[in-house]
Amino acid sequence: METSLQAPVIPSPAVRDTVGIRKRIRRSFRQIRTESVFKQTLVIAGLILVILVLGILLTLITQSLPSIRLLGLKFIWGSTWNPVKNVYGAFPFLLGTLLTSFLALLICIPFSIAIAVFLGEYYPSGWFADVLKNAVELIAAVPSVIYGFWGLAVLVPMVRSLEARLGIDQPLGVGIFSASLILSVMIIPYAASLGRSMIQMVPEHLKEAAYGLGATRWEVIRHVVLPYTRSGLFAGILLSLGRALGETMAVTMVIGNSSILPKSIFAPGNTMASVIANEFTEADKTVYLSALIELGLALFLVTVIINIIGKKIIDRFTNE
Amino acid sequence: MESTIIKSRKFNASFGINHVVKNVNIDIPRNNVIAVMGPSGCGKTTFLRCINRMHELIPGATCNGAMTINDEDIYTMHPIFVRLKIGMVFQRPNPFPNLSIYDNVIAGYKLNGIKLARAEKDRIVEHSLTKVALWNEVKDSLLKKGTFLSGGQQQRLCIARAVAMEPEVLLFDEPTSALDPISTATVEELFHELKANYTLIIVTHNMQQAARVSDRTAFFYMGELVEYDLTKNVFTNPKDNRTQNYITGRFS
Repeated sequence: METSLQAPVIPSPAVRDTVGIRKRIRRSFRQIRTESVFKQTLVIAGLILVILVLGILLTLITQSLPSIRLLGLKFIWGSTWNPVKNVYGAFPFLLGTLLTSFLALLICIPFSIAIAVFLGEYYPSGWFADVLKNAVELIAAVPSVIYGFWGLAVLVPMVRSLEARLGIDQPLGVGIFSASLILSVMIIPYAASLGRSMIQMVPEHLKEAAYGLGATRWEVIRHVVLPYTRSGLFAGILLSLGRALGETMAVTMVIGNSSILPKSIFAPGNTMASVIANEFTEADKTVYLSALIELGLALFLVTVIINIIGKKIIDRFTNE
Repeated sequence: MESTIIKSRKFNASFGINHVVKNVNIDIPRNNVIAVMGPSGCGKTTFLRCINRMHELIPGATCNGAMTINDEDIYTMHPIFVRLKIGMVFQRPNPFPNLSIYDNVIAGYKLNGIKLARAEKDRIVEHSLTKVALWNEVKDSLLKKGTFLSGGQQQRLCIARAVAMEPEVLLFDEPTSALDPISTATVEELFHELKANYTLIIVTHNMQQAARVSDRTAFFYMGELVEYDLTKNVFTNPKDNRTQNYITGRFS
């Protein structure tokens, strides 16, 4: 370290070299300046993001204060939503959101894990893998209103005939179940693509160890690949849950928009997001508007809580 | 009289158009330690991986020729049975990170879906770990993760894992190149003891190691089996010029 602080000894014939060296040193000072500018840019970008999230939270809280003051905890547990009488109970929507999201998750898990294993381990290259990979990515790129159309035109009649066959009176087709089906298709790419990249990262030497012990491909996947990647698979599923909780357009179009507590998964209902989308333009009273914003706050909190729980579970998996 | 266990005739292996093992004929006698040495890229590891059909797991890898174990064609047997008969230990210690030491030893049974009684499992674990001289070091921490051990211990755990399946042949792919000298010495000592029950085929970069541990040495160069003889003959009186050059360090 000390030698670098001393002035460099320059041989006399190479005077022009001194200039070159000075130039280079000046350049390195410039590099140091660039470095600190770069670092500041990163810090500012990060801070803006944090401020933005806090700002959103603050706006939600202040805007929902009138409704919080009027209703208190009744807002969460009340099961009647009647803006005409100024009664706002969000429990049906909370239930609707959780029910559609978890049902969607349940439907999507086997498909997304199967796609992840197929593309990550079983068949990572070839024309079929390419087609499948692109198709899965395309699923995420389709605008959600298109899913809504497709749901109304194709899925709802199918669900309606299923309901009729199951002997449910008033087979409507629209409802919680249809919304879950649409959601499950929409969230597949998130879990599948993250799962695929995790599975591709399983070290070759671990798989070889298992093959060397006489394991078949299925046994390698079952005992080496899946245990090794379970936290990643779980993270992907959590990501899709986050997407499912907040999805608005497609759900609004097929869920039936009923503010009554749903009696079964085939009954029409509403999610928090779909209520906001449907009623925001109709909110003519301050309290009504405030109640809708409180609904947004509740959605925000539910998403945050589920994400925190998920992170904790991932930590526990990875620490094992 | 020694009997032959592994035999290859006119054996070739390639990766796509890259021909890496050329026309190899070799007879490997039972309960011997065979060292396979040669410069990097000479095909020795590929040849080793052909013996238990690990070579074919790599996309684009092909091979042809005859390879037999006890005069049975390895390439008409199911690869699963081949790998149960011929165990393998890899260059880097690779215990399963999510399993305990105990479960790592019986991982082969678990992977193959073989159910064992508790007492049977205990017996196999103790027996295998004793064979690799690891029992005394780990008997009080059997439920700790396998990756908790030092590199040399991990490698011996991997040998125990292979030994637990009671194979006839054990393949070692540069088993000590990731280990320190003391762990290397422990593993080398093991070879002498394991030889009573198994046939060992060891790929090594290290000539001293080949000279120390093996009964016979095979020298590969550019994919060909150049020389194969008793180790003392190969090192003191090599017949081929290329072997002579290699062991005197004239090329590497």
